Amino acid sequence: MDINDLRSIVTVAGLVCFLAIVWWAYGKGSKKGFDEAANLPFAEHDDRDAVSGTSHPR
Amino acid sequence: MSVAKTTYNDKVVRQFAVMTVIWGIVGMLVGVIIAAQLVWPELNMGFLHFGRLRPLHTNAVIFAFGGCALFATSYWCVQRTSHARLWGGPLVPFTFWGWQIVILLAAITLPLGITQSKEYAELEWPIDILITLVWVSYAIVFFGTIAKRTVSHIYVANWFFGAFIIAVALLHLVNSAAVPVSLTKSYSVYSGVQDAMIQWWYGHNAVGFFLTAGFLGMMYYFVPKQAGRPVYSYRLSVVHFWALIFTYMWAGPHHLHYTALPDWTQSVGMVFSLILLAPSWGGMINGIMTLSGAWHKLRDDPILKFLITSLSFYGMSTFEGPMMAIKTVNALSHYTDWTVGHVHSGALGWVAMVSIGSLYYLLPKLFGKTEMYSTKLVTTHFWIATIGTVLYIASMWIAGVMQGLMWRAVNTDGTLAYSFVESVKGSYPFWAIRWLGGVLFLSGMLIMAYNMFKTMAGGKIQDIPVFVPAGHHA
Repeated sequence: MDINDLRSIVTVAGLVCFLAIVWWAYGKGSKKGFDEAANLPFAEHDDRDAVSGTSHPR
Repeated sequence: MSVAKTTYNDKVVRQFAVMTVIWGIVGMLVGVIIAAQLVWPELNMGFLHFGRLRPLHTNAVIFAFGGCALFATSYWCVQRTSHARLWGGPLVPFTFWGWQIVILLAAITLPLGITQSKEYAELEWPIDILITLVWVSYAIVFFGTIAKRTVSHIYVANWFFGAFIIAVALLHLVNSAAVPVSLTKSYSVYSGVQDAMIQWWYGHNAVGFFLTAGFLGMMYYFVPKQAGRPVYSYRLSVVHFWALIFTYMWAGPHHLHYTALPDWTQSVGMVFSLILLAPSWGGMINGIMTLSGAWHKLRDDPILKFLITSLSFYGMSTFEGPMMAIKTVNALSHYTDWTVGHVHSGALGWVAMVSIGSLYYLLPKLFGKTEMYSTKLVTTHFWIATIGTVLYIASMWIAGVMQGLMWRAVNTDGTLAYSFVESVKGSYPFWAIRWLGGVLFLSGMLIMAYNMFKTMAGGKIQDIPVFVPAGHHA
């Protein structure tokens, strides 16, 4: 196996890895965690009664 | 809901925020001077000519203005979204003072002609070592703070800031590798086309990670905060983050079209530059759509005007960039003022405007006020900056396309239709308009400085306790 086979494998593995990330990000399982994370900037002194808890429907 | 005893470290944020405005004025003033030197050549006096001052301008606006803005906003954001005080003790002030010394050394050495001659990496090896020390400290402080966060998630803005810190460390170490021959002179360890490729791998990723990922981190914190609603799609933010990471590293060769670089490498660079349109626009759409359902806020909030306009310019320049990376388009655009216009559509329109908007959000909070001294002046700044940017990029488009067409025009017998100096002559009026655009943008920064010092005056600086949200425990 020469170095170019390895390079091809790394490129394809990179693509597969990226597609796996897309699949994971748009999967149902990640929704709750993402909603919590998206509201992190709002858990502060200045917005105790502000928007935290709301999220866009997507 | 409990309030921990520790406080946020806002001192370093204050220092970097104020210096962002100061260095912004200095860097943009040098830009206005070199723009004037192109219109009135007699302004090239002694060693303070265009060739010496141009690297001073680029280093000052990118690393002094942009760098300080990134330090300030990342330190604020990582503390607020990790609900933890900055970690690292003395390393925190070291990043501030170390970075200021780097900037001062750059301001001294570049006009003296002490340079490694690598674009955006001109600084000589002793300064490069200091940059490395500051940057490693920055990484330790930033990731140390994330490690001691009191919430389970790492907010997406911190992913962008983190990627920016890691990638810039990698780029700086690889591209600046050099053999010193004296205190002020060194030679790159690379040579020939490898040197060129490494330089533009560095150069384009400085755009991708310093001027894009870092400022996207800013966008992902300050746009939701100022709009008062969470980011449009967190999923999209995750996907476009990884898409940027996977593609940016390959786009550098588009700076070397039609050179000694192997043809296939140029094509790879072109294709990856085209792919980059998707994640770039993913980020732009995500930022702008965060306002969906609250568009009315844009009408009377100048801070949101800055932030959303910056995203529009980001969208524009990330459409223009891939287009210019196409070899046939590049054959026209390369080495012309079109490139300069493209860079400034990103630098003034995106990088500077998102920084200015974020600073207007931060400054009152940092100095114990509820809002800026004058919101009217913020609005004035916004319009002056926008008009200045539009004048700048429109004049450079016209000048650039004209230069490209003149340089390639041939007579029926195959000789060149125009001499080079004829294209210079034709460019004069547009260089004057560009200078005017720069003057406007600089004036906006002076208004900002006045507004900032008025906001600072009489302000009570209070240490704000770290806020631990309900249901989260360390």
